[in-house]
Amino acid sequence: MNKLAVTLADQHVSLSLKNPVLTASGTFGYGLEFAPYGDLRKLGGLVVKGLSLVPRDGNPMPRIAETPSGLLNSVGLQNCGVEAFLRHKLPLLPSADVPIIANLYGASEEDFASLAGILGAEPAIAALEVNVSCPNVKQGGAAFGQDPFAAAAVTEAVRKNAGDKPVIVKLSPNVSDLAAIARVCEAAGATAISCINSLSAMAVDLAGRKPLLGNVLGGLSGPAVKPVALRCVWQVCRAVSIPVIGVGGISSAEDVLEFILVGATAVQIGTANILRPDSVFRIVQDLPAACEKYGVERWEDLRGKLAVD
Amino acid sequence: MAHPLLSRETVLDLVPFGDSSQAGRYALRLSLPKWEAWSPGQFVMIRPVEPAADVLLPRPFSICLVTRRDLVLFFQVAGRATAGMARLTPGSRVVIWGPLGSPLAVEPHVPTLLLAGGMGIVPFIGYVHQHPTPWELSMEFGHRLPLSCYPFDSVNEKILVDPHLEKTPSHRDAFLAFVDARIGEYAASGLILACGPAPFLRAVQTSALRHRARTQLCLETRMACGVGACLGCVVRAVVPQDPDIARPLRPDYPAPSALHVQTCTCGPSFWADSILF
Ligand SMILES: Cc1cc2nc3c(=O)[nH]c(=O)nc-3n(C[C@H](O)[C@H](O)[C@H](O)COP(=O)(O)OP(=O)(O)OC[C@H]3O[C@@H](n4cnc5c(N)ncnc54)[C@H](O)[C@@H]3O)c2cc1C
Ligand SMILES: Cc1cc2nc3c(=O)[nH]c(=O)nc-3n(C[C@H](O)[C@H](O)[C@H](O)COP(=O)(O)O)c2cc1C
Ligand code: FES
Repeated sequence: MNKLAVTLADQHVSLSLKNPVLTASGTFGYGLEFAPYGDLRKLGGLVVKGLSLVPRDGNPMPRIAETPSGLLNSVGLQNCGVEAFLRHKLPLLPSADVPIIANLYGASEEDFASLAGILGAEPAIAALEVNVSCPNVKQGGAAFGQDPFAAAAVTEAVRKNAGDKPVIVKLSPNVSDLAAIARVCEAAGATAISCINSLSAMAVDLAGRKPLLGNVLGGLSGPAVKPVALRCVWQVCRAVSIPVIGVGGISSAEDVLEFILVGATAVQIGTANILRPDSVFRIVQDLPAACEKYGVERWEDLRGKLAVD
Repeated sequence: MAHPLLSRETVLDLVPFGDSSQAGRYALRLSLPKWEAWSPGQFVMIRPVEPAADVLLPRPFSICLVTRRDLVLFFQVAGRATAGMARLTPGSRVVIWGPLGSPLAVEPHVPTLLLAGGMGIVPFIGYVHQHPTPWELSMEFGHRLPLSCYPFDSVNEKILVDPHLEKTPSHRDAFLAFVDARIGEYAASGLILACGPAPFLRAVQTSALRHRARTQLCLETRMACGVGACLGCVVRAVVPQDPDIARPLRPDYPAPSALHVQTCTCGPSFWADSILF
């Protein structure tokens, strides 16, 4: 039996992963970019770049700035569109051996519903992740994830159209009551919650008196946000009974165990892939030794076992 | 093209160029990665094995030369990461992945003009050493520091190089006017390749378009992942180079006339009439 396996399930649908380590959307391209650096089939799951109904050209350059222990980006969901993805990218991915999870971005509830219809009917897609939390786009994006009613409506629309696919809702840390939003998404039919997306942030060039990003505002990610992500995952895990996927600043097998300790069922690796293209493969490889070091025989021994007086 | 490879390499030595008052330019010799092949114009991403506390992202550097014994990079200190690289000592370990990106065009028997601005000379070292018919090559090199600060001799030993010292704005204007005339000479039946800072490449692009000269520009766009995944290094491509996005995807959504493409995978070399940057 594979001791590392985990399951993302609600009462209706379920998805088994051979280990709890997935890639985070937008940091792993469409997957194939990383094939030279490791075996994609060893990953727990592969979440691809956010897909919209029609191609998006994204925000103006510059799109990336380095901050202390963090990465600031304002890519703005540039993507080839769902049809080009299904036609040209998906057939090249080893979908029989690793769950491919599509990340959805829509500017309206109808967009999300159509995307869910298209991707829900695709046998090579294992699950859908709904991005209601992108800080870098003017329309939609985080607006859905900040308003409980809108978040519930989008979740419901995707659930209704996604067929038998698990629906993961990805939440933003840029809200005052994350637990409340997670609860409405659970009630609206989410199979799992993933959090966090990047934090709304900015950086400036003092000498030039200009913003460092073409879009002025961007999203902060990387080691700098890990404590925020841990806090969010801990709070959400206490608020819902569906599985939670931890995302934010994870760059080692120990980090993975920390997120599971606060209650996560699985995790996603984001910025670490950008810093070194073999990161996610190394983390998967290091996981058994880390489990042994911290005396983790089964995930149930660790998950949510944070001792809080 | 050969697959890129991620490997740990050992610093063999770090040789400063120029006299001590002009310090800040170095040839970095690394142990030879087990690459199947590489082509001039390609680059590597590099990071020290122990990342410095204040440097998170890896950094891109052109492949200067690959010999049977080593991989040579040549860099100038521009900020934190390159300052850290200048402190590497023989035996230090670095992580590199490459070769990345598209090569510079090689057309044997076509007269080829190489235009280098400052550190733009670096990819041309491998280029002139690998070119099958180097007698077809000639180079104009614009530089602000003494020639001893650049790996100038490595090019000059193979082909004739015309150096142009640009001490003042009027020197620079004269150099650009000269470059424009040279581009005119090669327009009818030659090939032109240009590497250097963005303002230099923009001037070359303007001349190339005016003379309708076949010209490749090797860009130094800021990068993060170097492998095409983060979309942080895009330029607007007038003629999209990625076949997936080249054709209209839906009848109601015609392909826009310019699209963002990654410099790290679709470039860093682009035809001058295909990009806006
Ligand atoms: C494909 C490619 C090949 C390159 N080849 C070489 C090479 O052979 N030798 C070499 O010395 N350098 C080369 N560079 C540039 C080199 O990557 C940067 O100088 C380096 O990343 C700077 O890092 P830093 O931390 O020292 O400076 P930072 O602290 O990141 O920046 C210092 C200053 O330099 C500016 N800067 C940094 N990177 C760039 C950039 N890419 N374009 C314009 N301005 C920039 C910043 O705005 C800042 O003002 C190449 C870049 C690319 C994309
Ligand atoms: C360059 C970049 C692009 C991203 N694009 C997306 C995206 O398309 N969809 C999405 O849901 N999240 C996107 N994210 C957010 C990440 O998936 C992740 O939630 C966030 O970066 C925090 O994790 P990390 O610190 O491990 O990177 C992006 C992040 C980065 C750095
Ligand atoms: S640097 Fe990440 S896509 Fe080019």
